[in-house]
Amino acid sequence: MPVRSPETDPKTGLKDFRKGPDLFRILCGVASVATVATLVWMILEITHQSLPAIGKFGLGFLFDNRWQPNREIYGVLPFLLGTTVSSLIAILFALPLGLSVAIFLSEDFLPPTARQFIRFTIEMLAAIPSVVYGLWGIFVVVPLVKEFGMWAVKACKGVPMLGTLFGPPAYPNSILTASLVLALMILPTITAISRAALVAVPQTLREGSYALGATRWETIFSVLLPTAAPGIVAATILALGRAMGETMAVAMLIGNSPRFTGSLLSPGGTLASLLANQFGEAVGLQVASLMYAALILMALTLLVNIAGEAVLRYTQSRTAGIR
Amino acid sequence: MKTSLLTPLLAALALGSAATLPAAVQLSGAGATFPQPLYQRWASEYNKLHPDVQINYQGVGSGAGIKQFTAGTVDFAASDAAMKDEEIAAVKKGAVMIPATAGSIVIAYNLPGVKELKLSRDAYVGIFLGKITNWNDDAIKASNPGVELPDMPINVAYRSDGSGTTFVFTKYLAAISKDFADEVGSDKSVTWPVGAGGKGNDGVTALIKATAGTVGYVEYGYAVNNGLAMASLQNKAGKFIAPDEKSGAATLAGIELPENLRAWPEDPAGDDAYPIATFTWLLLYKTYDDAAKLDALKGFVKWGLTDGQKLASSLGYIPLPEAVVTKDQAALDSVK
Repeated sequence: MPVRSPETDPKTGLKDFRKGPDLFRILCGVASVATVATLVWMILEITHQSLPAIGKFGLGFLFDNRWQPNREIYGVLPFLLGTTVSSLIAILFALPLGLSVAIFLSEDFLPPTARQFIRFTIEMLAAIPSVVYGLWGIFVVVPLVKEFGMWAVKACKGVPMLGTLFGPPAYPNSILTASLVLALMILPTITAISRAALVAVPQTLREGSYALGATRWETIFSVLLPTAAPGIVAATILALGRAMGETMAVAMLIGNSPRFTGSLLSPGGTLASLLANQFGEAVGLQVASLMYAALILMALTLLVNIAGEAVLRYTQSRTAGIR
Repeated sequence: MKTSLLTPLLAALALGSAATLPAAVQLSGAGATFPQPLYQRWASEYNKLHPDVQINYQGVGSGAGIKQFTAGTVDFAASDAAMKDEEIAAVKKGAVMIPATAGSIVIAYNLPGVKELKLSRDAYVGIFLGKITNWNDDAIKASNPGVELPDMPINVAYRSDGSGTTFVFTKYLAAISKDFADEVGSDKSVTWPVGAGGKGNDGVTALIKATAGTVGYVEYGYAVNNGLAMASLQNKAGKFIAPDEKSGAATLAGIELPENLRAWPEDPAGDDAYPIATFTWLLLYKTYDDAAKLDALKGFVKWGLTDGQKLASSLGYIPLPEAVVTKDQAALDSVK
């Protein structure tokens, strides 16, 4: 489009900017491109740094369960398992709890001021720094898990699946400890977004359901939740993404062990905590291996987001007629 | 109008602040957590004597300290593992290693009711290899007749970061046990067969204090200052020696320092020698461009090697033997 300077209207003396370049459009375009470019640059830089490790270990890196800096043997399987398991357990705790709170806040069980207060408090949870969660976990969650662990090991001794899941040795800093604190950290995300999704369900649907004779609970479970499902799925995916990348609190609570024993009560490690612990003093091949682990973490988050997008589209297509 | 008022105001502020700035020399160091309490005490005491010299030391672990030293982001570093030859070669300005203090590495435990614990060589190697998993195991009972050992699982605590403490401890265990050398090896960062990791000597201390039944390796000063119970370890001569200043000094007396001042005790043979003690080194560059920093640093290290040693024992470190101090002074003089 030819760039012309704004013409001046002879009668009023005002400049007519409509024929000139659309500065706003250009600004927005540049911002978008810059954001995407930064992400691409980050990925390229990390890949470049991890090339020595990729060259040496290839895809075996993902399946090797030995991380031995002094022998230059690196494999992230224990950390991959630790990340997945701790995030899934966090979601297991946070989703029912968050959804319950969201339902409670979207219905009129309480007066509006009380609802607002609870909403505000839960959103405050999201503002607490990760390190503070870690400290709180050390003083509050660790003793609780220690007691639970000692009881669970005795109670589940010999039981087929539970015996390995809650097997010895029971450490106070374990995958379970980290997962519990992670659950608390992702609770505000799930609650806030699910509540917004539930509130966005048109009032006509609720009224229609009551008019047909449904009780409140039937309305919630058969009408409201399925309609709000896309939003709830989005909330879960966001929460899962946050849980997988959470670093400080996990590093303080998970025990930092480079092995995955299958027991939730044993110390473990996540990809993020591995990077936090070892990057400061890593040199040479260890740096490349840590970058490779970072790349895998990014790929994992991307995979989760793609899966989330797929689920979102599926649920949206299923509930398309209702809105 | 408004800008013309602002400019003279800013200029006045700038002049005012410039006039009150002292000609301070600021030195920054990073490295081992082992000597951190001592170096930070030295820094504050030296600052009282020389208010224009401010020294900041951060305990980030020997590994991270060496990395920052190589990158040139600090003025000096500290490491319990000194530096490997490849690491020295990587430092552009050259490196001088000066043993500044020494300490014992103790095996600290948390067993309510058990005030004294003797661990034989088989016992402590077994515990850290994950072979001995309960406190009332026969191997531990055998060396502690009359002590009521609880039926509690052993929780091991180790260093999750790159640590000179780990380096010396694993070096010792690998020297006395072939199994340990094969399975774990020795380095600043190793993969321990069992246990949970804590960051820094303080992290391991916290892990030990938090749970009954935990055992871990920490530097003597941390154990003493935090009230941790320490085990008496069996040395080469078969005697069980408790860690304290005398036994540590006996260990150090047996070390012969070579030209580059880097050596570790190889399983000391003396009757009274505590098995695990190590020097910890200050790492300085061979040359410094900034003359003020050079003078301040040399003054500080010289003070540390002489007057600073008096503070060592109160904080749980072993004062350097005279012979070592002499060699250190010579090395310090070579820094220009």
